[in-house]
Amino acid sequence: MIDKTIISNLDQIFLLLQHWLVAFLPVGLQPVAAVLLSVVAIVCVFPALFALTTVFERKGLGRIQNRIGPNRVGPYGILQPVADGIKSLTKEDIVPSSANAPVHFLAPMGLVVAVFMGFAVLPMGRNMVLVDMDAGLLFFFAMGASTEVSVFMAGWSSRNKYSLLGAMRAVAQMISYEVVLLLSSVAVVMISGTLSLPKIVDAQNQYTWGLPHWYIFTPWGLAGFVMYAIAATAETNRSPFDLPEGESELVAGYHTEYSGFKFALFFLGEYLAMFSISGLGTTLFLGGWSAPLSSLNFIPSWIWFFSKLMLSIFVFIWMRGTLPRLRQDQLMNFAWKFVLPFTLLNLMVTALWRFMGEGWERWVVCSAILLGVWVVMGRIEMRSEHFGPRSYRYAE
Amino acid sequence: MSVVFYLIAALTIAGGLAAVLLKNLVHSALAVTVAFGGLALLFLSLDAQFAGFAQILVYIGAVAILIVFAILLTRGSDLPKDGVFSRTWIVGLVIAAGSFAVLGWAVLASAPSMSQQTAVPAVTVHDIGVALVGRYVLPLEIVALLLTAATIGAVIVAMHEKGGAK
Amino acid sequence: MTALTAYLLVAALLFAIGLAGALVRRNAILVLIGIELMLNAANLNFIAFWRYGPHPEALTGMMFAIFSIAVAAAEAAVGLGLVIAIYRHTQTTDLDKMNRMKG
Repeated sequence: MIDKTIISNLDQIFLLLQHWLVAFLPVGLQPVAAVLLSVVAIVCVFPALFALTTVFERKGLGRIQNRIGPNRVGPYGILQPVADGIKSLTKEDIVPSSANAPVHFLAPMGLVVAVFMGFAVLPMGRNMVLVDMDAGLLFFFAMGASTEVSVFMAGWSSRNKYSLLGAMRAVAQMISYEVVLLLSSVAVVMISGTLSLPKIVDAQNQYTWGLPHWYIFTPWGLAGFVMYAIAATAETNRSPFDLPEGESELVAGYHTEYSGFKFALFFLGEYLAMFSISGLGTTLFLGGWSAPLSSLNFIPSWIWFFSKLMLSIFVFIWMRGTLPRLRQDQLMNFAWKFVLPFTLLNLMVTALWRFMGEGWERWVVCSAILLGVWVVMGRIEMRSEHFGPRSYRYAE
Repeated sequence: MSVVFYLIAALTIAGGLAAVLLKNLVHSALAVTVAFGGLALLFLSLDAQFAGFAQILVYIGAVAILIVFAILLTRGSDLPKDGVFSRTWIVGLVIAAGSFAVLGWAVLASAPSMSQQTAVPAVTVHDIGVALVGRYVLPLEIVALLLTAATIGAVIVAMHEKGGAK
Repeated sequence: MTALTAYLLVAALLFAIGLAGALVRRNAILVLIGIELMLNAANLNFIAFWRYGPHPEALTGMMFAIFSIAVAAAEAAVGLGLVIAIYRHTQTTDLDKMNRMKG
């Protein structure tokens, strides 16, 4: 008995803290104070996580590339983000003289505001969602769509060919993969029957023989998750889809002309977008805050959510260090000719799954269809590539 | 009427006015994006959550980007020599003012006879889904065909002609 | 002034602004922006009547607004495609110069 209350208290510890702090205020102000407290918590936790991720990424990339990452500031380089923060804040804020000043100023703010809004609907633990909206998933995608306008504003207002080109490429890429992101989430909505994210997590929080009902463990869920991961990598302009901001191609793409604090805001915005899209992927496919085995339920739900989030970030960093960059036309071809048709097929297979009813037949049929089409489409796409023997040209 | 409504309405109308009055085309496209955002907030204040979020997703996420791409492809960023307002701008202004006068008079004159209910409608997204595939399935299919035709048409109209354009 | 009247007046004002923009400006793209503002004002009208009118559970106003948003997006795409094609042909988007049918 005592064990269970301690476990559930640990699980709900942030809610209990919030109720205790809010009880000091008069009754009229309490709802506003509760929401403000949650907002402050999100605004503090995720940038702190961002600081941790920057050092994690640089060390991780360094190890993949057979070198040690930054290790001067603090033990094993842990305090590197502090040094980076001080550097960004004290650098001179240079605005080009022919740049469009008001738009140049508003672009990073628009990006960071739109990205922060996405965190409002993510369920980070049992009962720990800021706003339980009926159309929560649609709200998240609406906020994701708003970031594209700020990217364009940044690129156009700098009056720089490289910035404009980077912004155009980034916007084209984001629009194409936005469709894939939406369609792969629709499969989850079809099965759980609701757009509200806490209810989607509740639908996955059941266990059969100790194994969870996460959607990634179903054939359509695995295919949907792979498509979602590809689209998420492209939406946040991460490698291998980072041509819009590739250092060797476009200087720095749409944030070339930004320095100091505004550049730090773009950097923050990009990593926060990564967190929020990984958070959504965790909620939709990996079961959100539910534990992998029913025997592990004594570990608090928010620890599970953040562990899955950091696992996704680790996979992002791993992909950045391993895969080469895709060219812009290869990227767009990949989106429209392979990923989008496969996602549409996934929708149909999800419908088939739903209507075949419980049993082993639906596992076999759905897996066979998805695997078969994957292999066939892959062969068709690769047919035009001629992989002859390698030829080397040496400089004379 | 609450302060919030006045603020959102002022933001929307300011965005609309800026969109039609500013000289720089890209500024005016960004101002109309602000107007779209203000309208989405107005939808949300009317408890139409699905319509509000669909407005942000479609208008700000797609139509605004389309407008901006078209401005860039037609070199609209350079200011024209003859000014931005057409020669017959007085007529247009009179027509617009006249239409606002008629609409405003119609709204205010019929205000006493409009019955209103102030209870929040208990409509969920589930109900909208059921309505879309139940009662409104025919418009849904027609809109799907229309969107396909419009996409194909837009691509064909804007494509570079093979063999060199004129 | 009731809430419904206020929303309808805002919609009427936005419609008039859109109409003025479509009639007064030279550039073809601004005409399209004016048209989008007019469509949005009509949507606001539909949603206001849906909320404050009888039988909101019939969802008529909301459905109209949703379909109108979808169709307006398609129309913006086709319209802007036309503007780009005309620019390629005549090298201008100035509507005052396009006052002849001869191509």
